[in-house]
Amino acid sequence: METLERVIGTQRVFAELAPEHLAVLTGCARNHRFTAGQYLCREGLPANEFFIIRQGRAALEIAPPARHAVVLETLGPGDVAGASWLIPPYRWSADIRAVETTLALGIDAACLRSKCETDHDFGYAMMKCFLPMLVQSLNAARLQVLDVYAGPYY
Amino acid sequence: MQQATAAIRVLAPEALQDLISALAATRVVLGPVRRDGAIVYDEISRLDDLPAGWTDRQEAGQYRLEPRTDAALFGYAVGPHSWKQFLLPPREVLFTTRQTADGLDFLPPPAEERTYAFIGVRACELAAIAVQDKVLRDGPYADTAYAARRENAFIVAVNCGTAAPTCFCASMNTGPKAAAGYDIALTELLDGRHEFLAEAGSEAGEALLAALPSRPASAGDLAAAEAVTVNTAAAQTRALNTENLPAQLAAAANHPHWQEVAQRCLSCGNCTMVCPTCFCTTVADHTDLTTADAQRVRSWDSCFTLDFSYLHGGSVRQSTAARYRQWLTHKLSTWVEQFGTMGCVGCGRCITWCPTGIDLVAEATALREAQNGNS
Amino acid sequence: MSMPAPITERGAFVPTPYRVIAARRELGDTVTLNIAPQAGALPAILPGQFNMLYVPGVGEAAISLSGATEAAFIHTIRDVGAISHALTRLPPGASLGLRGPFGTAWPVAETQGRDVLIVAGGLGLAPLRPAIRHLLAHRERYGKLSLLIGARTPPDILYPHEIAQWRANLDLYVAVTMDRADAMWHGHVGVVPLLLPRADFDPANTAALICGPEVMMRATAQALLGMAVPAERIHLSLERNMKCAIGLCGHCQFGAAFICKDGPVMRYDRIAPALAVREL
Repeated sequence: METLERVIGTQRVFAELAPEHLAVLTGCARNHRFTAGQYLCREGLPANEFFIIRQGRAALEIAPPARHAVVLETLGPGDVAGASWLIPPYRWSADIRAVETTLALGIDAACLRSKCETDHDFGYAMMKCFLPMLVQSLNAARLQVLDVYAGPYY
Repeated sequence: MQQATAAIRVLAPEALQDLISALAATRVVLGPVRRDGAIVYDEISRLDDLPAGWTDRQEAGQYRLEPRTDAALFGYAVGPHSWKQFLLPPREVLFTTRQTADGLDFLPPPAEERTYAFIGVRACELAAIAVQDKVLRDGPYADTAYAARRENAFIVAVNCGTAAPTCFCASMNTGPKAAAGYDIALTELLDGRHEFLAEAGSEAGEALLAALPSRPASAGDLAAAEAVTVNTAAAQTRALNTENLPAQLAAAANHPHWQEVAQRCLSCGNCTMVCPTCFCTTVADHTDLTTADAQRVRSWDSCFTLDFSYLHGGSVRQSTAARYRQWLTHKLSTWVEQFGTMGCVGCGRCITWCPTGIDLVAEATALREAQNGNS
Repeated sequence: MSMPAPITERGAFVPTPYRVIAARRELGDTVTLNIAPQAGALPAILPGQFNMLYVPGVGEAAISLSGATEAAFIHTIRDVGAISHALTRLPPGASLGLRGPFGTAWPVAETQGRDVLIVAGGLGLAPLRPAIRHLLAHRERYGKLSLLIGARTPPDILYPHEIAQWRANLDLYVAVTMDRADAMWHGHVGVVPLLLPRADFDPANTAALICGPEVMMRATAQALLGMAVPAERIHLSLERNMKCAIGLCGHCQFGAAFICKDGPVMRYDRIAPALAVREL
């Protein structure tokens, strides 16, 4: 587990995490390897585990019927894949597909949520890890909605 | 300054005819005339062209002429015109395009042959000319046509003997006495007599003054002239407190007061047209269908038009509030950063000629007080 | 950094005759013109400056320089209005007028010894191209170089061949992202600020050159501040209505700045308060 803990500690999202909290987090984590075309998660299914990409690239997609899937965002090393595990109903709101061979850390969502509940200091540390990522993601989505390059209007 | 100097003379009103005639020999002489119910600037050749015995009554949104009880030649404040219309003409050809065998040729307009003499330039107007000099002549790029007209203009200033309620030059330190920038400065003396104290401000002015019938000024004449401008300054009822105003207006960009002014502002642009410092221009292209020659023409523009800030797709300043803010903030705040001087000289034209009587002094003061938390 | 454009004795408003020597369609609505003076030498330019291009009888528009050769200025022009429409339709051999170059430049001299981050959105790559070429031509003078490019969709990418050449340069990190794409696109998807964490630079010793739609530049500058890049080393190229290009017509005012002579390239720390005011 020492190796895994060190790997987790080098992730951007956990850069500020205290050693004792890192150890707690590591208890919920494991390694994954996805080959190109494999899905990390599927819209509508339970969000039991979320991912931090270590290597490779994954695409966050929504697939309308009778059309190519729309890629909303691509995720690369250091990015957190998925936020649906944070709030009920704990189900994915999009697909995430490995575009190429992708190594990821998987964090067991139920495990992490329960550790946050039992140790609020740990929970607060986790909030500080995930909240900036969520706000950045929200800001990026807003900018994307503007479609700034569509017309000479911005 | 009780001592009379040779350079300061006293003229009879009739001597101004000699002045006009001497200047008219080589120049287009422009001065105040009464036309369409206002005192405007136009070509003059005779003393009789001046609006003798007339004065103006001005208030926010109001202007009318009334007869005076004397025969004063300059017994009024400033009207809707300023000298800007001669130095920076409302419409001016920038160049003409000719198709040639080689491609194109761009021909500047022929150099201006006329030179001007301005008679009756007020202290605030001298200040306005100095402001436009900084903008149009003294920056990294000069408007050479403006600079040439300016260089060649002969200026006869008049120290104000009357203040309109819209005047606030004293608070702007631009008047009512002309300090610099003139060839000759006149003060009309109406203390039981009708004479002019004349002071040369340049060698050309001194030479011309020497050629006019005159007598040396006495200490009494100097005191009488001084009293004219002191009284005029004292008669001013409007004053703009400019201390720290640029910073306060800059900080007030998002204040709701702009919305309040916008409810009264028609965005008509009158204030910018009558303002003697407003310099904004636009350009238009005209094609001669028979020769394929094209002309590029510059004309006065106003920051109150929607088109002024047009950027492919829309205008930056959509709201009247934003356009009024641009105008007022430019005059009293950003101008200082840009040119080291305010863009307002306290002439009051924008107040008089605003159809809804919006008062720059009152709005700037309201914004200042709002910033101070006194509203 | 800026230098006054050469002004003929005929005054600052009179253009010099130029001729189109090459015209190439870049995108559906975008054309690149190479233009050379009808007579005489080409004036010197600084990366980031612009020219006023004049179509007789139609009008004059401010267009950024997207490059220069020994003999010609290069302008990439998007058809967005009457003047740009006329410019994009000029064939080789056609005549036009030019005043310039005008305006401030990308700080390529001042940033020597630093990491340089170039962020381009859409057509914003055009005014940055002279700076990119300068940085690559003097590669040894700079730290790590990163070029982050955002475009609407894959077919909207400007200068794709040159980007491919830049990509082949191992001394320059290049990332291209799309605002929208389907699964056929194998590159990045997402707005350009999302690329920032992927680029390798030392925030404390980085200069950022940003050009694109204003909203994209504001978002990118904010993201860089969040990464502790100093505000005074973030540079944006702004755009406002321009008639004269020499500070005499009043149109391009942005607060106390005249975009034509105090810009178009401006430091973020100086313009951040003005960028926060709507309809300024």
